[in-house]
Amino acid sequence: MYVELKNINKSFKAFKAIDNVSFGIEKGKLIGLLGASGSGKTTILRMIAGLETPDSGDIIIDGKRVNNIEAGKRGIGFVFQNYALFRHMTVFENIAFGLKINKVNKGEINERVIELIKLIGLEGFEKRYPHQLSGGQKQRVAFARALAPNPQLLLLDEPFAAIDAKVRKELRGWLREMIDKLGITSIFVTHDQNEAIEVADEIIITYQGKVEQIGTPADIYINPQTPYVAQFLGEPCVIEDYGRLKGFDKVKNSKAIIRPEFIKVGKTAEEVGSIYGSEKGIVEQIFFRGSNTELKVRVGEILLTAYRNLDEQEFKIGEEVRILIYRLNFFDDVKVHSMENSAIKDPMPVYI
Amino acid sequence: MNKKSHFVKCLLLFVSLAFVFVMLVLPLAVVLIKCLEEGWVTYRSTITDYYTQKALGLTLTATIIATVLNTIFGLFAAWAITKFNFRFKNALTTIIDLPFAISPIIAGLIFIMTFGRIGFLHPFLQAHHIKIVFATPGIVLATLFVTFPFVAREIIPLMNSQGNEEEEAAAMMGANGFTIFFKVTLPKIKWALIYGIILCAARAMGEFGAVSVVSGSIRGKTNTLPLHVEILYNEFKATEAFGVASILVIMAIVILILRNIIEYRSRRESE
Repeated sequence: MYVELKNINKSFKAFKAIDNVSFGIEKGKLIGLLGASGSGKTTILRMIAGLETPDSGDIIIDGKRVNNIEAGKRGIGFVFQNYALFRHMTVFENIAFGLKINKVNKGEINERVIELIKLIGLEGFEKRYPHQLSGGQKQRVAFARALAPNPQLLLLDEPFAAIDAKVRKELRGWLREMIDKLGITSIFVTHDQNEAIEVADEIIITYQGKVEQIGTPADIYINPQTPYVAQFLGEPCVIEDYGRLKGFDKVKNSKAIIRPEFIKVGKTAEEVGSIYGSEKGIVEQIFFRGSNTELKVRVGEILLTAYRNLDEQEFKIGEEVRILIYRLNFFDDVKVHSMENSAIKDPMPVYI
Repeated sequence: MNKKSHFVKCLLLFVSLAFVFVMLVLPLAVVLIKCLEEGWVTYRSTITDYYTQKALGLTLTATIIATVLNTIFGLFAAWAITKFNFRFKNALTTIIDLPFAISPIIAGLIFIMTFGRIGFLHPFLQAHHIKIVFATPGIVLATLFVTFPFVAREIIPLMNSQGNEEEEAAAMMGANGFTIFFKVTLPKIKWALIYGIILCAARAMGEFGAVSVVSGSIRGKTNTLPLHVEILYNEFKATEAFGVASILVIMAIVILILRNIIEYRSRRESE
């Protein structure tokens, strides 16, 4: 493990911000720290950076305990949420700052800064001041500035939060590409699950100062381990008496989540592909969402969310449809399990 | 713009301009006209008068010392208040504002009570032959007290709104506290700081109440410009009084111009 946290605790006055957190990160990986605001993700990042001190526990980077090493000597590059560019310095001076502090000679500084400006695609902007740049450009400069002293670890605090949606998407791809190119171990904090899923190699989900789950995006999405993770990711419907749905038996004292991705809706049973596993539903609401339509379908007492592709036949509100639920996740207070629709695999046993 | 709001605009403009003219421009003009009433020669002799020069010297001394000390104090206080959390933070912020609320006369009396003949520190000062009241140190102290909040007040809100991220960014790159202060924080607050210094200096030059209590108005020794104006006026030397007052007016105008330049430049830089 390249970065390791062992039994970290941190309180702000009476508020327990971090509650016995331990995890490890492999070298060269891009890690997303994902959680709602107040879940402790930023505090974890700032403790790794050395901007906050844990009350107890060890932070280990590259095999060395860094708790007592000050922030500037940990070899970490940090990209701040609001860029934190030095407002009275030009783009060039901003990127050169860290090198100057480390007493690198002038020729080398020039070379490195020019190389970085090229990398971030801002040639010709060297003499601009931060207030003359767009949000995306500032973010790139902040990135270059963090990289200038050749850090071994890059930390990014909500790197895209302050950028508008279109540029954000573009910048995400760009960042992923940059980090792949440089092979630098990176951790970024985000509250946006799409961002984490799209960009990260691995996601660490935090909740109430604890780590809920660590895993690849696909793993976390398909096999959530805790009730919180199951409900946090995607757009799940939480359902109490899921035993009423065809093909599922309710386990005592549990609830289920059903993701729209696990549901198929069609005009007929043939369209959804299973006569025995599917059941009737009534379309209650239809939302056009650009790339698809979102449907609210009532099955008995239960209201489910499903998607329908634009190239498929349209539904009308009040229309009776067939709905097939492939699988769901059910959970008690501690654990999450997966359940397949038993009626698909086991169509009406026939005894002769 | 419709007719009605145009009328309102004109009315407001007229009222404010009339007010400024009657209350500020007219009296200032009177000062300048009055001091030149008996001709340029009288004016020059008033200004180059020994006691006037002495008073000017003392005013400048008190102003410079008060401004420098308050700048240093203001920076320290603002730094402590905006960068750290401690128990009596609000109390400190309030106490800094105290001189704004207290009448300058009381400020002067405080020093008389402390260092004067009836003050509890008097025996100690007497024993060490230190003179504070009715001497330059007293005047400096009184000025210092009255102008205490100006620099701190000017930069605290700015430092609060600017936050800590740039400093943290510099710290992440290995900069030490000293470098962070001079390379990051100071340039960030530069204009507000200069603005605060200018306000502080302006107030220090014009201070009358507190200084008049501790000064004793010994001509050529503990007389500042505003006190000198008063003495001349009380001696029915109106022309001389206005002559000396014109020095203060000119210094005030210079400071106003400086202030406008600073405001213009800081606005241009933040755009």
